[in-house]
Amino acid sequence: MTELEVVDAEVASKDEKTPRVGRRSPWRRMLRDPQAVITGAVILAFVVLGLLADVIPSHGPNEASLQAFNADVGTEGYPLGADASGRDILSRLLHSINTSMISGVIGAGVALVIGVTFGLIGGYLGPRVRGTTEWIFALVQTFPGLLLLIVLTPITKGDYRATMLIFGVLLAPGIYRIVRNQVLGVKNELYVDAARVSGLTNRRIMSRHILLSVRGPVIIAAAFMFGTAIALQSGLAFLGVGSSGVPSFGAMISEGFTNLYSEPTQFLWPSLALGILTASLVLLGNAMRDAFQGARPKAAKITAPKLAGEAAAATSATAAEAEATSLLVVEDLAIAYPTPSGELRTVVDGVSLRLNAGETLGVVGESGSGKTQTAFAVLGVLPPEAVITRGSIRLDGRELLGLSEAELRPLRGRSIAYVPQEPMSNLNPSFTIGAQLVEGLRSSGSMSKQEARERVLALLGRVGIPDPERTFRSYPHQISGGMAQRVLIAGAVASRPMVLIADEPTTALDVTVQAEILDLLRDLQAELGMAVLLVTHNFGVVADICDRIAVMQKGQVVETGLTTQIFSAPQHAYTRMLLGAILDEETVRTDGPVAAPVPLGTDAR
Amino acid sequence: MIAYVLRRLLTGVVLAVLVTFITFLLLSPSFDSVVQNRLGQIANPDAAAALKADLGLDRPLLVQYLDWLGGVFRGDFGTSYFTSQQVDVAVVDRLAVTLSLVLVSLFLSAVISIVLGVVAAYRGGVIDRIAQSVSLAGHLIPSLLVAIVFVYLFAVKLQWLPATGYTPLSEDPLGWLKSITIPVIALTIGGAANLMAQVRGAMIDELNKDYVRTLRTRGISTRSIVLKHVLRNAAGPALTVLSLEFLTMLGGALIIENVFALPGFGAYAFAASLQADIPVIMGITAFAVMLVVVVNLITDLINGWLNPKARVL
Repeated sequence: MTELEVVDAEVASKDEKTPRVGRRSPWRRMLRDPQAVITGAVILAFVVLGLLADVIPSHGPNEASLQAFNADVGTEGYPLGADASGRDILSRLLHSINTSMISGVIGAGVALVIGVTFGLIGGYLGPRVRGTTEWIFALVQTFPGLLLLIVLTPITKGDYRATMLIFGVLLAPGIYRIVRNQVLGVKNELYVDAARVSGLTNRRIMSRHILLSVRGPVIIAAAFMFGTAIALQSGLAFLGVGSSGVPSFGAMISEGFTNLYSEPTQFLWPSLALGILTASLVLLGNAMRDAFQGARPKAAKITAPKLAGEAAAATSATAAEAEATSLLVVEDLAIAYPTPSGELRTVVDGVSLRLNAGETLGVVGESGSGKTQTAFAVLGVLPPEAVITRGSIRLDGRELLGLSEAELRPLRGRSIAYVPQEPMSNLNPSFTIGAQLVEGLRSSGSMSKQEARERVLALLGRVGIPDPERTFRSYPHQISGGMAQRVLIAGAVASRPMVLIADEPTTALDVTVQAEILDLLRDLQAELGMAVLLVTHNFGVVADICDRIAVMQKGQVVETGLTTQIFSAPQHAYTRMLLGAILDEETVRTDGPVAAPVPLGTDAR
Repeated sequence: MIAYVLRRLLTGVVLAVLVTFITFLLLSPSFDSVVQNRLGQIANPDAAAALKADLGLDRPLLVQYLDWLGGVFRGDFGTSYFTSQQVDVAVVDRLAVTLSLVLVSLFLSAVISIVLGVVAAYRGGVIDRIAQSVSLAGHLIPSLLVAIVFVYLFAVKLQWLPATGYTPLSEDPLGWLKSITIPVIALTIGGAANLMAQVRGAMIDELNKDYVRTLRTRGISTRSIVLKHVLRNAAGPALTVLSLEFLTMLGGALIIENVFALPGFGAYAFAASLQADIPVIMGITAFAVMLVVVVNLITDLINGWLNPKARVL
């Protein structure tokens, strides 16, 4: 995915007309979001109505009148009627808004002050201070909140403001955790170091650099806590915790509930008001989250790539000729991603590749040139948003584009296999190495568990792992990066595939281990007669192992040819530039062994 | 393993002592109102002082607390000032009602949110949109309102279920089920809404990881990738939220119990705190904290089983 992001950034900088969604301030983005505007307006209306609570109704909230007992809606002086005690429902409703707002302000405010203060202290100061704050907030979180608030009624004397003060403390761990995490993340950023070097005090750094970066998540959390505090206050008032002299939605709902059968509207008004208020707060919080943190994550579908338009076009005459000798043919492949504005942005544009049985083809290019996207397309594992707009991919004469995930599955592992770039993140951390490899082997055949186990142990030995039994039982975090890459290679070649696609298989490894891995790949290729498609940005690797090269730039193949040809007489300016870069690398590397024949299986833990 | 559990339980006991001590300190200013509640407003000062001495409330705070704590370690939680009922017996009775609600709701929420959250995360499309709308709706409406509307609909209008009251499971399982159905639905809606969003988010985070792609390239079935590999890794974060949801539901149950007149923890705690019934309040606090400790311990044990890196053995 990082490669894709690079592509996006590149294209965006070239195309000035593209709207820059990410640049506008989150507040201004919220003003354009109808959800934020409407819910914000509703909440504002509530606040205004609350402020006018003493102006609009003609009665006080606790003013009981015997004449008005259970007055109907629309009675003179009682527009929404009166309750069983003859009190004006409209007046009580408006005063309840104020109670709710004050509850929200106190609850969220206390949580903010405590959470932000201690989050900054805990995150910015040393681990010893953090240990203490961590312990205290963990303790606070174990308090069964509502129960505690009920139990402490004798102390708060039923004043809901005191209750909310305590509730704010109970909410504080949520804010604390956000601030502490952000501070820990930001603390070691270069710009904070720079600020420190330029002589700013800790206090200035915290307020200027760190508070600015935690602003978004904290505001969002506070908005949700505001709603939680209001809901909680209503719940407590419903239970009857607190002074009966304070008008509150909860108390009104409780009174309306006892009167539900005879006077349902008495229950309806406070429920509606509370429902609309809390719903608006949640929706506003969601809108804020979208504005500050971008849209929420989309579902991550597991599916073969989508095709659009004229994909899988008829085989051209020249291609048909090449087919006889080629195992894998990629023809005029184009891949695009939808942009926020709905248009498609092409990242691979008309790529054609040919891989003969038993040969090694290097696909070379810098980050964002589309080489990994091409490899993923061949494997059928592009991200779900990707669209293949045209082209054809044929393996041994069979068209792969358009096949479903279920149709591709039998091919994967047996016909076509994959060695990834980053070894650690490509193993499932929760299963042992052995279990993961055995599952792969058994999925592509009718092998018994015992057979698969023995084959995996043999494979682990073959790829140069010194103690296969032990590695078999190990979890990924217990082995080194070099070992993990060997495990992944073992997983890829387990079912003797015809084509192996290796995506930067050595980039994430130490220089000494890199050479060993390349040797291993070369040996395995000879042994199994595989064709290898090697994706890399490193011409050194290419020179080492590839028969032919395809150079990619900005989603297109700019030059193809035999490795020897391209090294001796590069045609394209971009190829010459890449070759220039490798020469520099070579001069730097002269003091160390580049491809020294180190015996297999000696890389250090 | 056993040593770890014992150590955690010991920390839990320390925590419970600390929390009950803080509660006791916070309650101490209201000791006078206990006496007042017992004797009524117009008691003469001598009688009040005598009762205070009789209850031991005139002793130094620390002595009183240690006296209470000593009793607890001997298995004696004291008796209520007002009903003379033994505190531990009463609390366990009430706890059974509340836990009926909370555990059933928690289980239902977990099942619903895992099924919907998992499917929404890896299938997307209509199911995802439905799941997200349901989750949002559950967040929007306070469970108190849901409960009342349901009572009105199913108990009052349709008369399918009892509106109030509790039948113990041991007496009449079907009656028990009927008596908790509406409260459980009300609690489950909020709980499932919250959990589902978490499960979906955790699943999407995992599905976007590199190892998923690599597993696909080995020809492993989507079903195994989703249900075995991804779900196991997503279960950790979801479980943490589940344990927090337990606390939230415990709070929610206190309010819901009141709507349905269920004789649970909430009503009991409320009555005790109104009267400042110190032994009952202390007993409730102690039980609640230990409950939280046990739930957290179970969460950590399951997490350790799920995640080899967090394994404690």
